[in-house]
Amino acid sequence: MLSIKDLHVYYGGIKALQGINLDVKEGEVVALIGANGAGKTTTLRSIFRLTPIVKGDIYFYEINLTKLPSYKIASLGIAHVPEGRRVFPNMTVKENLEMGAYLVKDKKVIEKNLEFVYNLFPRLKERQKQLAGTLSGGEQQMLAIGRALMSNARLLLLDEPSMGLAPLLVQEIFSVLKKINEEKITLLLVEQNANMAFSIAHRVYVMETGKIVLSGPTEEIANNEAVKKAYLGG
Amino acid sequence: MRRNLLTLTILILILFLSVLSKNLDPYIYQILVFFGINSILAVSLNLINGFTGQFSIGHAGFMAAGGYFSAALSVYQGEKLLNILSFLPKDLAQGAIFLVFLILGGLFSAILGLIIGIPTLRLKGDYLAIATLGFGEIIRVAILNLDVVGGPRGFPGIPKLTDITWVTFWAFIAVVVIYRIINSSHGRAIISIREDETASESMGINTTYYKVLAFSIGAFFAGIAGGLFAHYLMMLHPSSFTFMRSVEILLMIVLGGLGSITGSIFGAFILTVLPEALRGFAHLRLIIYSLTLIIMMLVRPSGLIGNREISFYRIFKFLRRKGIN
Ligand SMILES: Nc1ncnc2c1ncn2[C@@H]1O[C@H](COP(=O)(O)OP(=O)(O)O)[C@@H](O)[C@H]1O
Ligand SMILES: [Mg+2]
Repeated sequence: MLSIKDLHVYYGGIKALQGINLDVKEGEVVALIGANGAGKTTTLRSIFRLTPIVKGDIYFYEINLTKLPSYKIASLGIAHVPEGRRVFPNMTVKENLEMGAYLVKDKKVIEKNLEFVYNLFPRLKERQKQLAGTLSGGEQQMLAIGRALMSNARLLLLDEPSMGLAPLLVQEIFSVLKKINEEKITLLLVEQNANMAFSIAHRVYVMETGKIVLSGPTEEIANNEAVKKAYLGG
Repeated sequence: MRRNLLTLTILILILFLSVLSKNLDPYIYQILVFFGINSILAVSLNLINGFTGQFSIGHAGFMAAGGYFSAALSVYQGEKLLNILSFLPKDLAQGAIFLVFLILGGLFSAILGLIIGIPTLRLKGDYLAIATLGFGEIIRVAILNLDVVGGPRGFPGIPKLTDITWVTFWAFIAVVVIYRIINSSHGRAIISIREDETASESMGINTTYYKVLAFSIGAFFAGIAGGLFAHYLMMLHPSSFTFMRSVEILLMIVLGGLGSITGSIFGAFILTVLPEALRGFAHLRLIIYSLTLIIMMLVRPSGLIGNREISFYRIFKFLRRKGIN
């Protein structure tokens, strides 16, 4: 479904990505883990062409995303839940969700998607008239995920959905992510919280300073001694 | 939303009523005309800075471009067109020609807006501020060197066609057009750019298109305001369109509220009336304006009103709350 081939991204002199190769198949949950500054966010943002790509290609089925402007990428069925949530603060919860469905023209489909999101996150329904900027961190994360789901996306890119949230909330978010995947939506999940990522991922890529250093099925990666030491706290 | 529109209509009606009072003091009349022109400038700049979240500081440049363009049309083509249209009643012909010239002035500004907007608005960051700052100066220097429009001597002999009815009419058009844009699905897209441009782009919004669109519409109305100004004063001079003028328009929306149409009108009112009251301190204006801008940015960045709209319902609620406590 998604295939990143030999991707190089430089921010001026900083070589943030140096030849990334990564594949996501339909229906999978793929986790991309790594320490702060490894290049995880850069990888996700590159899919939306939000980074200076120096070399390499990113294919979504047969379409080369590096040849498209950013705003065209959503229309292919990819949605982005960015790092730090980035909800629209002065819009209400409902308006934020409607913005997510910006490309959906059929009112009935929008209604159906809204229902779907409210079912996953009943808290968003309770707060639908509240300004997004006044929500708690966890609620904003739910909103960012909900907004991405409104677009009928088949592939969801999630950038550290657990960041800054209390453990209980993290559990809640991840159980919803699992439900979303059961609805045949493919997930590419960036996380520093490797434990949580492993709990739902089918396959894992491990990143260090701009390179993929390890990849494989979750059980294999989770039992790797080096990974245990570096990411699983022992 | 309805209530806000009602408030706007009433504000405009107040202006309109003054049209009917024939024996209006000429001084008050002039202030009302400038208030109307300033409202057009403030509302249109707010579309760019307040609603789209871009930072333009060259509104005086667009005002000058549209003003000089329509004035030149009037001076060099007005008589000819009047002769061609001599089969029409004179007032009607004159009005039609003025309308067309104003619109052409607005379009001229809008095209300049496209020329500046397309290269700079494709980039994220404050390139627009720098470009519009430069543009404001370039336009002024260009006029200073254009002999057909009088250069540094000024451009006299513009027919007096602007009256309070024209100003009211255009203020009304500016408010209604911008209000309708903001409250459409295009408006949502525009506001989402202000809220978070990257997220907006990820939703599939063509942010460059909307930024350029908002910028050009803003430039169009600045050009209209310039045309009204020219045909009211009957004389244009480059010194009316310095950076100071841009700062003044910016201050209107910062005072009134970035992202509020009624706030812009309120800000335009304050900055029309206040300088009149403070005539003795005219030489201190730039300092006072700059200080006010800085203080507003620090203390109340959302403006006196914020991004809400003034409505009588809100005022009523506010008064009732005060009454009870
Ligand atoms: N906009 C940027 N400009 C310059 N350097 C950046 C930018 N974004 C990220 N970087 C650098 O690129 C590297 C990778 O960052 P990032 O992709 O954010 O890592 P991660 O998400 O894994 O923490 C880091 O060294 C970071 O400092
Ligand atoms: Mg990151």
